[in-house]
Order: sequence, then C-alpha cells, then structure tokens
Amino acid sequence: MKELTLAQLNQKAKEIREDIIEMLLEAKSGHSAGPLGMADVFTALYFAVLNQNPQDPWNENRDKVILSCGHICPVLYATLAHAGYFPKSKLKTLRKIDSKLYGHPQVRALPGIENSSGPLGQGTSQAVGHALAARMDDKRNYVFCITSDGEHDEGQTWESIMFAGKQKLYNLINIVDRNNIQIDGYTEDIMPLEPFKEKYEAFGWHVLEVNGHNIREVIAACEEAKVVYEKPSVIIARTIPGKGVEFMERKFEWHGIPPNAKQAKEALHDIRTIRTLGGNICSECE
Amino acid sequence: MLSKNVYNLEKLEQIPTRNGYGEGLVDAGAADENVVVLCADLTDSTRSNMFKERFLDRFIEMGIQEQNMMGVAAGLAMAGKVPFVSSYAVFSPGRNWDQLRVSVCYSDANVKIAGAHTGVSVGPDGATHQALEDIAITRVLPGITVIVPCDYNETKKATIAAAKMKGPVYLRFTREKTPVFTTDDTPFEIGKALVLREGADVTITAIGPLVHEALLAAHELEKEKISVEVINSHTVKPLDEETLLKSFTKTGAVVTVEEHQIFAGFGGAIAEFASKNIPVPIEMIGMPDEFGISGEPGELLAHFGMTKKEIKQAVKKVLKRKK
Repeated sequence: MKELTLAQLNQKAKEIREDIIEMLLEAKSGHSAGPLGMADVFTALYFAVLNQNPQDPWNENRDKVILSCGHICPVLYATLAHAGYFPKSKLKTLRKIDSKLYGHPQVRALPGIENSSGPLGQGTSQAVGHALAARMDDKRNYVFCITSDGEHDEGQTWESIMFAGKQKLYNLINIVDRNNIQIDGYTEDIMPLEPFKEKYEAFGWHVLEVNGHNIREVIAACEEAKVVYEKPSVIIARTIPGKGVEFMERKFEWHGIPPNAKQAKEALHDIRTIRTLGGNICSECE
Repeated sequence: MLSKNVYNLEKLEQIPTRNGYGEGLVDAGAADENVVVLCADLTDSTRSNMFKERFLDRFIEMGIQEQNMMGVAAGLAMAGKVPFVSSYAVFSPGRNWDQLRVSVCYSDANVKIAGAHTGVSVGPDGATHQALEDIAITRVLPGITVIVPCDYNETKKATIAAAKMKGPVYLRFTREKTPVFTTDDTPFEIGKALVLREGADVTITAIGPLVHEALLAAHELEKEKISVEVINSHTVKPLDEETLLKSFTKTGAVVTVEEHQIFAGFGGAIAEFASKNIPVPIEMIGMPDEFGISGEPGELLAHFGMTKKEIKQAVKKVLKRKK
C-alpha cells in the first residue's frame, strides 16, 4: 500500500466517519459513539501501521487485528472497505439479511475479519493465542488487539492480561479505546478502572498513553510498542466517544443507538466541517 | 471385537479413561507438531502431564483461567495449531461455555475440549465436581462433535481421531478405574456407533463406561430369554442415525444409559431422534434431575440407579410398553 501523508490520513478518517453515519442510518440499529471515536485509530492502523495486503488477506505472515469489542464493528467494516478488502458498496448492507456485515463480526465472514466477537472480554484471549502461536512458529508478525475500556470490567480480560504478562508476549499490542463510557453511564461511575495504567504495569505490560485522535501519535506509539521486547504493550488511546459529531460527543446515551435521518444529516455536516466541541480533531493536533 | 473376558469382571483390567487421553495426546503430538495442550492447573489429574513430559515446549500451563484458556486455544487454532484444552468438565466447558460458543464454535476454531471427571463416579469430591450437564451444553452448539468413550482403549483412539479431524470436538472422561473391555482391534470411527451385541427384543444404547454395565445386563437377561442388542453410541453428536434406526426398527424398544442428567443429555438426543424417525418406547437410565452427593463411586452409581440392576429393570419396563 502506498504511504499516505498525514493530511491524507486525516481525510481518510473523515470519510470513514461519514460512512459510519450512513451505514448506521441505513441499518436503523447499531452503535454510534464507539465507532466514531475509534476512526482515527483504525485509520492509523490500516493505512500506516499494519503489514497487510488486502489482495492476500490471509497471508500467514500478516499482522493481525483482533477486535475484542465487536459492537464497534461499523468502524472495522468501513475501514476494511476503504483499505480495499471488499467493495465499499457492501457497507450499506450492515445488519441486513443476506449480508456478511453482521451486527457483530464473525471470523472470516469477510476478508480481514480475524475473529468473532460481541460478548466482551473474549478478544484479548484470542489475541494472546495468535501471539503465542506466532512465537512458537518463530514468525515476525504482530498481533494487535482492540479493546474497549468498559470490557475491562470482565474477569476474562484480566485473566488474559495476567497470562500475556507471564508469557512476555512482545508481539502483542493491545489498544484500549479509553472513551470513559459504557452502556449504563461513565466507566468511573459504573465500575472504576483507574488507576488504569498502573494496573497494566503491575501485570507486566509496557504502557503507552496517546491522544486517540492524533493519528501521528497513534502511529508513533504503535512503532514504539513493536520494538519493546520482553513485554506485551498496551496503548491507552484517550478518545472522545462520538468524535466528530457535536451532539454525540462524550454522551454515553449514544453508545448503542443509531442516528435518525435528521440527526444523520446534522452528523454528516459536523464531520464535514470537522471543528467540533470536543476540540482536538486531526489537524488541530498538528 | 471385545475382550474375551468382557463378562468376567474379575479378569478384566481396570484403567481410568483419562489415562487413554494422556496416552492419546502423546501419540497425536508425535504425529503432528501442531498439536498443543493447554491445562488449567490440573495437569496430573487430566493426564496432560504425559504430553507435558514429552513435549514441554508445546504444553501451555494456563493457571486457573478456564475462560482465558478457551479463548487462547481459539486464537492458537486460528493460527494453525491443534489445541487440546484440558480441565474438569464442570469448569471446562462448564465455566467457559460462552467462550466455547463464540470464540470456538461460532468461529469454527479447531479446538478440542477434554472434560475430565464427569458423572457421579467422581465420588467423594461431591456434587460441585461431578459434571452431569456437559453433554447437554455441548451438544446444543452447532458445529461441535461430542464423543463419550467407553473405556481406556477407546479414549486413546478417540483422542487421536479428534486430533486428525477438523473442527471443535468435546471429549468426555471419567475419574475412576473402569473395565477395559474393548481391545486394540475394536473398531473406532467418529460418528459410527458400534453394535457390541446383537439382539431382537430391545436395544440398549449407552455411552461411557456404563456401556459395560449395559453389556452385563444384556448378558444376564439372556438367561431370562430376553434378547438384547447393545450399541456403544460413543459419538453423541452427530448421532449415527443409520445404525440406530436399523436397530430400533428391529427391536421396537429402547433403553438409554448415561452418567449424565437424563434431561437434554444422551437420552434426550435419542428421544429427539426417535420421535422424528421411529417413535418407539424409551426408558432412560441416568441422573434423575438431581445434583450428586459425596460417596464412593460404586455406592453413588447404585444410589442414583445407574447399574446393571436398574438397566435390567428398565429393559423389562420398556418391553411391557412395547406394542
């Protein structure tokens, strides 16, 4: 894949956000806040970090992305389509019968989908399995896992974090969408996660913290994580849920619902004019 | 096909089925370097220590993390490994059923799940450690193969066969020494039930070590002029419908035998099949919708009515219901 400039990456993230809104509008159900919040991280991964080839999606030496929080799959689907894994025309079939763009992803239903997810907490374990197998086979690829902050309520998540620390899985990089919301409210009210960084450190991980809307920072953190040996790495990406759409930003109420036609129109306008209440979006970071 | 001492309990060797798992793992590991074994802090009692001693670099100690173990196995499988997940069945697939459902079955991950210590014959450890629901919760999942071997020899064969087949497999073992009544030459093929004894009046179809109790019951009933066919239905899912239909058509009466809850277990599977294809009277031997208790294995099997005595009674009862 040819290298994109930062301006092009930011443009890509914007287009992915637009597609997310249009997909959700068409589907009439699904999650809005998480996918919008992670558009910059996904853009950074698929257009600047991963060693992957959409023409050869299952190449055994590819970097892998395990999406643990399956409910944010609109951003995965949109990014995969933009990266060339399948036609963008499929995006509007999200959640429809006869479509493989299921409400929550199924492994290999489409090129580029590495795991089935939905029930939270299962992705990190699977990512650990992939990383362990790669190490056993002496492969040089990396396994990225995308987790939500909320799913750190799950015991299984911490089981896998403890195990990855024990195994010193240097080829495992977990990116946490630290957007501070979950369905019932703010994470620190529902089930406090802080001190989050220190918890990961205590389990033997290398911890990086980034602004999840600064694509340059996200790329730099991934590159640093790749060269950390003897430890798995976690990138805590601070994101704004609903990023790019003023009336959705930071609202846990937008976790699990789609926009209606009027709201979608307003959302697309926000995304296209880009400067929003949340501050720091793409070029503002520069 | 069976040991020449099959009806002579004193002369039959007794070995736990789980030993067959350990030995089968070593054979499977030697045949395929992608075979890896995971265990959640129960390495000796699941007999995965046999694999660990031989292939240390392919043995993964998971600590007491059954949920993570199932997920890690799914990841390993998607990356080309053939992982065997080993624990007690109450924990795996008991505690990690959601992971089995989504990370393994929905993903068609090539994971083999070994559930040790099933049935009331686990004994003194009591109800919490006696898996009596594992067949129900596995066979309900699309895409999984469920195998309940009848003795040590068959467990070894089933383990090796599971490693060779693609797709999720659940293997079920018991704790205690049980009679080794099959031989090296007894055929074993996943999905193919075995008629161990031909008969005309009634079919007993059984799974696990209780297959031997069924054979003893049939042997004794012969003296009472009741001709009993005995089928070892080791693969609970998918059922060998052809063999079962042929037998049920011939005898017109069925007794199912399992060390598991009657509801939703093997008896349930047979009832589902029969009601659609050949509605014959069925009596079920198994756990009668209760939790277990502590005691010696033999005492418990007798207490809950899973010995040849109750099997014989069930045969007579079903014969009366036969039209």
